[in-house]
Amino acid sequence: MDNEYNNNKIETKAADSSSGSYVPPADNIPASEIPEQELYHAKSFWTRWVFCQDAKVIGVQYALTATAVGLIGLVLSWGMRLQLGFPETFSFLGPATYYQSVTMHGMIMVVYLLTALFLGGFGNYLIPLMVGARDMVFPYLNMVSFWMFLVAVLVLISSFFVPGGPTGAGWTLYPPQAILPGTPGSEMGIVLMLVSLSLFVIGFTMGGLNYVITILQARTRGMTLMRMPLTIWGIFTATVLALLAFPALFVACIMMTLDNLLGTSFFMPEIFTMGEQLGTTGGSPILFQHLFWFFGHPEVYIVALPAFGIVSDLISVHARKNIFGYRMMVWAIVIIGALSFVVWAHHMYVSGMNPYFGFFFATTTLIIAVPTAIKVYNWVLTLWRGNIHLTIPMLFSLGFIVTFVNGGITGLFLGNVIIDIPLSDTYFVVAHFHMVMGIAPLMVIFGAIYHWFPLISGRHLNQTLGKIHFWISFIGAYAIYFPMHYLGFIGVPRRYYEMYDSPYMTTGVGLNQFITVAALIVGFTQILFLYNIIHSAFYGEKSEKNPWKANSLEWHTPEMPPAHGNFGKDLPVVYRWPYDFSVPGIDREYIPQHVAPSEVPTAKVEKT
Amino acid sequence: MFVAVIFFLIIIASVVFHIWSPWWWTPVASNWGNIDSTIELTFWITGSVFVAVCSFMSYCVWRYRYRPDRKAEYKPEDKKLEIRLTALTALGVIALLAPGLVVWNKYVTVPENALKIEVVAYQWGWNYRLPGDDGILGTTNISLINDENPYGLNPEDPNSKDDIIVMDADLHLELDQPVKVELRSYDVLHNFYVPQFRAKMDTLPGLVTFYWFTPIRTGDFEILCAEYCGTGHYAMRGKVLVDEKTDYTNWLAKQITHEKMLAQNKENKKLLTAEIKN
Repeated sequence: MDNEYNNNKIETKAADSSSGSYVPPADNIPASEIPEQELYHAKSFWTRWVFCQDAKVIGVQYALTATAVGLIGLVLSWGMRLQLGFPETFSFLGPATYYQSVTMHGMIMVVYLLTALFLGGFGNYLIPLMVGARDMVFPYLNMVSFWMFLVAVLVLISSFFVPGGPTGAGWTLYPPQAILPGTPGSEMGIVLMLVSLSLFVIGFTMGGLNYVITILQARTRGMTLMRMPLTIWGIFTATVLALLAFPALFVACIMMTLDNLLGTSFFMPEIFTMGEQLGTTGGSPILFQHLFWFFGHPEVYIVALPAFGIVSDLISVHARKNIFGYRMMVWAIVIIGALSFVVWAHHMYVSGMNPYFGFFFATTTLIIAVPTAIKVYNWVLTLWRGNIHLTIPMLFSLGFIVTFVNGGITGLFLGNVIIDIPLSDTYFVVAHFHMVMGIAPLMVIFGAIYHWFPLISGRHLNQTLGKIHFWISFIGAYAIYFPMHYLGFIGVPRRYYEMYDSPYMTTGVGLNQFITVAALIVGFTQILFLYNIIHSAFYGEKSEKNPWKANSLEWHTPEMPPAHGNFGKDLPVVYRWPYDFSVPGIDREYIPQHVAPSEVPTAKVEKT
Repeated sequence: MFVAVIFFLIIIASVVFHIWSPWWWTPVASNWGNIDSTIELTFWITGSVFVAVCSFMSYCVWRYRYRPDRKAEYKPEDKKLEIRLTALTALGVIALLAPGLVVWNKYVTVPENALKIEVVAYQWGWNYRLPGDDGILGTTNISLINDENPYGLNPEDPNSKDDIIVMDADLHLELDQPVKVELRSYDVLHNFYVPQFRAKMDTLPGLVTFYWFTPIRTGDFEILCAEYCGTGHYAMRGKVLVDEKTDYTNWLAKQITHEKMLAQNKENKKLLTAEIKN
C-alpha cells in the first residue's frame, strides 16, 4: 500500500505542474496509478508505414486489407445472383463454381471483412484515441496481429489457385461433406480454409488482448468505465466475446484438419459413400456444429456490438443530444454479450440434436430480444427532442435503425423454435442474416467512415457523392432483402444452384430477377464510394478541427490527423461523459470530455 | 422533410408489400397448420413494433430536424420510461414464446398410432422403408451394406424380414395416417423437407433422427433436400404422394419385402456369375 501511495505522489506532481498549483475541488481527478510508458518511435519509412507499431496506422492497414478482400466477396455475390436471377445464361457458372462462390462470399464477409474491419480497423484506430492513451499497450504484438491477419488472407486467397479450387462446403463448413469428394474444393481448398481461419484466430488473439487490456489499463485519468463512449463499450465487449468464442472455432478447425489429413474421426461417424465404407468410426458431425456455433453465434454479436456502439455515438453527435439512457445502453451491451454464449444451438434446431434442447435455446434466444429492443428504443428516443443534422453519418444511422429493426424482428421468427422448423434453410434465413448482420452493420461502417474520415485524413468526403451512395445503398439493399423473406415463405431452400421448374418457383422467378438487378446496382454503387474515398483523401475539402463538434477525445488532439503519440506533451484529463450536448445553463452547445467543471460553472449537467 | 417522408414511405411500402404479396406460403398439407398461426401471430406482434418504431423515428426526423434556433433537450435518463418499455417488451416476448413452445411440444411428442417409416438419404437421392405387417423396422448397420443388401439391414433381425423396401424417389403416404419419419443417411448431412408439410429435420450418418406429421390432403408434394450436401444438393429431389386409403393399399401391394429382395438379389447374382462362367 505504501508504495502505491508513494508512486501516486510523484505522478500527481507531474500532472499538476502544467496547470499551476490550485485545483478547484470539483475538478479533482485522482492521479494516475502508474507512470506513462515510453513509446516506441519509428525511425525509418519501413517501421513507420509498413511494419508499423502505431495503432492508427495498423487500424488503417487492417481496414484497407479487409476492404480489399471484401471487394472479392462482393464480386463473388454477383456470380451467385446472376445464376439465381438468370439460370442457364452464364456458362462459366457451374454448380461447383456456384457453391464455391457461396462459401467464399460468406466466410470473407463475416470473418475477413466485418470482424477485421470493426475490431482490427475501428478498434485499433479509435481505442487509444477515445480512451486517451498514446497507443495500444502492446504495440509490437499489435503489429504482429495485423501481419498474421494478412497471411491468413493470403492463404485464403491462394485457395482460388490450387487444384480443385476453394472449398464449396458452405461458410458453415459442416463435416462430413466438407472433407468428402462430393463437395467442391475438398482436396486442397478446405485445408487452406481451415489453416487460414486458424491463422486468423491466432492473429486476432494478439490484437484482441491488446484492445481489452488497453481499455482496462490504459485509460487516461478521469476516464472511468462509465464515461467511455459507447463505441468503446461495443468494441470492448465484442473483443471479450471474440477472445472467448474464437478458440471454439480454432479447435474445430484443428480437429477437422486432422480428420482430413490424418484420417482421424473427430467428426466422422461410420460412412458409406461412393460404393464403399470409409475407415472412419465414432465421430460426431453434430459436435462440429456445436463448436462452430459456439463461435458462430457470438460472432454475430462480435459484428453487431461495435456497430451498436458506434451508431449510438453517431446518433448522439449528429442529433446534438445526449444518448438516451447511457447506463442502460452499457448494461444492454454487456447482457447481450453474456447471453450470446447460451443461445448457439438455435442455429441447430433441425440438426438432429436432442429435441428438448429446443425449449431451452428458444427461451434464451427470445430473452436477448429484450436488451436489444431497449437499445433500439434508446436510439429513437435520442432523436426525440433532438436537433437533428441530416448529415451523411446521420442518414446511415437512420438506415441502420430501419434495417436493424427489420432484421431483428425476423430473428424473433427464427429464434422461436417451432417457427424455425418451416423457415430454417430457406431464403428467409438468408434475408434475415443479411439484413441484420450484413446491411445493418454496413450502414454503420459507412456512417462511421463518413464521420471519422476527416479525423483520419484531415479532409471531408464529397457530400453529394455521399448522399447518392447512401440512398442507392440503403433503398437498394432494402429492396434486395425485404422481398427475399417471402421466397422463404414459399419454401425456396437456400444454397440451391437452380430450382428447375419447381412448383414453388413459378411465381418467384420475376422476384429473383428483380433481386439480382438490385444487387448489381447496389454493388456497382460501391465503386462510387471507393472513388470518393480515394479522391477525397487527396483532393477533398479540407476539414477544420472537430468538424462535427463532438465531445469525445479523438477530436481534441493537438493535431488533426492525430500525430504519433496522439496527445502531445500531456495526456488529457477527463471530467465527464462524452454526451454533454445542448446542456442547459450555458451558451456553448457542447462540452468536450476534457473540459473541467470549473470552466463551465453554470452548466446544469447531471453527474456522470 | 424529404428524408423523413422517404423513410416513412419505405415503412408503408413494406406493409403494403406484405399485404399484397403474391409470394406467400403454399397451402398447408399436414397437421402443422398451427405453425402457420404461430407465424401469423408473430407477424402481428413484431410487425406492429416495426411500424411503431420506424414511424416514430421518421416523425422525429421530421419534427426535430435541424434549426439554428432549436436547442436539443438535455435529459440523460428517464427511469420510469425505460422500465415501462422493458416490461412491455418482455410481455411481447412471452406472447411470442409461449404459444411457440406449446406447438413445439406437440412437434416433439410422437403419437402412439404413428406409422414408423424410414427415409434414407444419400448423395444425391432418397429411398424409403416401411415396417411391414409387424409395424417394426428392422435394425441396420452401415457395415452390412453391399450390392445385395443396399440398406444394410441386419439379416439376423426377424423384424427386418417383412420390411418393405421402396428404392424409388417417390414415397406414398396414406391420408390422415400419422407418420413418424425416421431419418437415416449413408454419407453426409441431408434434410428431409416438404414445404407443404411445414416440417423438416436433418439426416446424418451415425444417428437416426425423426419427426412426425399427418398428411391432411391428397396430392403430389416435392421433397427438397434442405441441408447443403455437396455439388448435387440442388438436384436432390423426391416426391411424396398422399393417397386415399384404396390407392395407398394398391401401391403398397406392389412393393417388395426385404426378404424377397434379398432372395431376388441372390438369384440375380447367381445368374450373373453363371453367365460370366459360361
